[in-house]
Amino acid sequence: MDWANLTQQLINGLSLGAIYALIALGYTMVYGVLRFINFAHGDVFMIGAFAGLYVHRWLKPFFQWMPEFLSALLVLLLSMCICAALGILIEKLAYKPLRQRSRLTVLITAIGVSLLLSYGAQLLFGAAPKGFPQLIKNDTHDLPGAVSITTEQIVVLVVTLLLLVSLRFIVQKTRMGLAMRALSNNPTAASLMGVNTDAVISFTFGLGSALAAAAGIFFAMLYQAIDPFMGILPGIKAFVAAVLGGVGNIAGAALGGFLIGLVETLVVGYSKNIGIPPGFRDAVAFVILILILMFKPAGLLGKSEREKV
Amino acid sequence: MSDLLKLERVTMEFGGLRAVGDLDFHIAPEEMVGLIGPNGAGKTTVFNIITGVYKPTRGAIRFNGVSLHDKKANRITALGIARTFQNIRLFGSLTVFDNVRTAMNGRLRHGIIHSLTRGPAFRAEEERIRGEVLALLDIFGLKDDADRQATDLPYGDQRRLEIVRALATGPKLLLLDEPAAGMNPTEKVRLMELIHFVQEKFRIAVLLVEHDMRVVMGVCQRIVVLDHGQKIAEGTPQAIQRDPKVIEAYLGEEAHHA
Amino acid sequence: MKKHIAHLALVAGLAASVALYAIAPQLDDYAVNIFVLAGINIILAVSLNLVNGHTGQFSLGHAGFMAAGAYTSSIITLTLAPALASAPAWQAQAAFFSALLAGGLFASFCGFLVGVPSLRLRGDYLAIVTLGFGEIIRVVIQNTNALGGARGLEGIPPYTNLLWTFGIATVAIYVVASLVNSTYGRGFISVRDDEIAAEAMGINTTKYKVAAFVIGAFFAGLAGGLYAHFISYIAPEGFNFLKSVDVVVMVILGGMGSTPGVAAAAVLLTLMNELLRDFEQYRMIVFALLLIILMIVRPQGLLGNFQRRKRKAPQP
Repeated sequence: MDWANLTQQLINGLSLGAIYALIALGYTMVYGVLRFINFAHGDVFMIGAFAGLYVHRWLKPFFQWMPEFLSALLVLLLSMCICAALGILIEKLAYKPLRQRSRLTVLITAIGVSLLLSYGAQLLFGAAPKGFPQLIKNDTHDLPGAVSITTEQIVVLVVTLLLLVSLRFIVQKTRMGLAMRALSNNPTAASLMGVNTDAVISFTFGLGSALAAAAGIFFAMLYQAIDPFMGILPGIKAFVAAVLGGVGNIAGAALGGFLIGLVETLVVGYSKNIGIPPGFRDAVAFVILILILMFKPAGLLGKSEREKV
Repeated sequence: MSDLLKLERVTMEFGGLRAVGDLDFHIAPEEMVGLIGPNGAGKTTVFNIITGVYKPTRGAIRFNGVSLHDKKANRITALGIARTFQNIRLFGSLTVFDNVRTAMNGRLRHGIIHSLTRGPAFRAEEERIRGEVLALLDIFGLKDDADRQATDLPYGDQRRLEIVRALATGPKLLLLDEPAAGMNPTEKVRLMELIHFVQEKFRIAVLLVEHDMRVVMGVCQRIVVLDHGQKIAEGTPQAIQRDPKVIEAYLGEEAHHA
Repeated sequence: MKKHIAHLALVAGLAASVALYAIAPQLDDYAVNIFVLAGINIILAVSLNLVNGHTGQFSLGHAGFMAAGAYTSSIITLTLAPALASAPAWQAQAAFFSALLAGGLFASFCGFLVGVPSLRLRGDYLAIVTLGFGEIIRVVIQNTNALGGARGLEGIPPYTNLLWTFGIATVAIYVVASLVNSTYGRGFISVRDDEIAAEAMGINTTKYKVAAFVIGAFFAGLAGGLYAHFISYIAPEGFNFLKSVDVVVMVILGGMGSTPGVAAAAVLLTLMNELLRDFEQYRMIVFALLLIILMIVRPQGLLGNFQRRKRKAPQP
């Protein structure tokens, strides 16, 4: 066994997994409060990456006066704010009028929103992939045993961890977080208890979209190119991550994201050993999805619901 | 007389919570049995166990001598158990006619291929079904509504249609889940007449879950009382009315509500 | 007379296909192009409507079935091409038809595989799983050299003509419409309306769901074969998730569960695609907005649900 290679694969897998985890959180939180799959979430992730690109472009003149980490942080935070606003807007315009309608109607709307965002982005930014600027100087750091990690990977992992901790704080310790949990446990009781449903839903969309924006920027940092359709696959894979962890379960979504990232990276890294061509990486998540739905539909950390008759 | 339906020591647990415990009871052919009990006594759970929606944790259920264990809901219906639902579940986009016709599906001889070739045998069967459905609707005074969308009917008619639809499956046992829910006193009287009529006309057994005591007392020959998933009493309506355990269970509930 | 109306409609449709084929030499290439694409889209939309509309199992994987049919039939005709080049035309056409059929059957086998997990899933979950299946089919093709990998397959003999296209479209409409208009077929709709009640009425919902997927995928496979032998070139990218969405849009605009509405929407959208060719980048934005607005103001579809109002008991 080549431990150095395995460790290297784990580092790469965790950085990819961090991205899936951040997107998956948005799916899971929205599912928690509204019980539907926000199909357009992957496209919010894409918009996050483009927001990063343009924020960086506009603010470039100011960046020379500040340290690199500050400018990178500014790009990240502004993009997160832009996407939070976008998420809230989408909910108000497209989903809110459908609150009492069937889940299918909402799903179709979500597909519409997804198409609108990706083709809208294509119209605005062009179809060709765009290079993403280097936000921080990217060095390769050697770790013991022929393993290395890049500065960008460190940033992605550390910031993701910070975001997860802050999310946990928000959900567990703040009034808004409490209201979110109440709404997700029992919507009727929550509104009877004076929870402002609309505000909580808006907040959830904003929070999830902000996390997706962070994921978009990390993805752009690691892969250095962005395009209007970049959100489709990571979006769906992150949804799989949410299902894997148990839809509606926040810790589960993070866990699922890291797991999908790891498995995908390992399948590619060890494609020769296990006899799966590396080109199958995009199919990995779907195979996991089908297996989980057939054998443990409630997900790793989720509870099953049964329909009332 | 041998039993039509027989439940032996049936237990249903939901994640450690016992909804029904060691329940024994039986229904004879053409018998009218009531299943009553306070809120949350496990009546609907018993219904769902009999009809295959839930799989009991333990115990045996036999219908006409056939074990219902591990049988899917549609197989159980084919054996001769039909039901209505507490919250009406008609096929909303279908007409009254089609709601009833669809329930004859389990007894069809034609399938996909015949629906496509549409040969003489297929047309003859469709013609026969059409006649049967219209006759059935006629009996219940719904023939004129045959072409209306089922969910456009008034509430009482929707309840009636659900019964007609259940009868179309050709049952030997009809399970009625709170048929009087949401009805006014006049409608309830008509419902009781309807249940008697169905039982006599189709010569089937009826198991009635109902909240309204007057309906149960007026319809059933024998009553089984559940409380907290346990059978606490069984007997004729007169005996049940006087049973101290039953009175306590119901009074206890009212005291709770007060 | 009345009882044979389905048969009559079938014969009339086939006759119309022959007539269209006969006048084809008088049409210019552009018109033929639009006709064929419209026909293929009718097949796709009507077959998806059986799954999504009538049976209520929201599938987002139709492009995957289309790919299965397109690749199977193309591999067959490409393998036979050297032999068929010198064979009489009828033999080539017979070989083409067999290849199409093989593609349809393979696609319906894939449909069976997708139908099975659908038994346990509802609504949005099923949508994602079917999407996943479609993507798996695409990824497999992309990584199989014998299928041309990401480059695709070229030089597929252009056997598709108006007769094949509209002949098969007629059969697809006939199959779906007559299937749904029978006592047996009402079971599909009962599954959509209320699965638990359907089970309780003795309907084997499992069988219906799988049947819908198998039949729907069969026609999607035929449509894929027709498409491949019309354009002469196929690549995995052409069968991605967005292609599935294209068909879903037709079904939704036409009104889920309405065969005439959906067929009309397929034609309408084909025409729109052609007319808006110069505004390609706006086309999908218009569709996206249409979907969103439609779901808010008119979820039953743009072209209404004729069928729902017309669905009556047959007259004596």
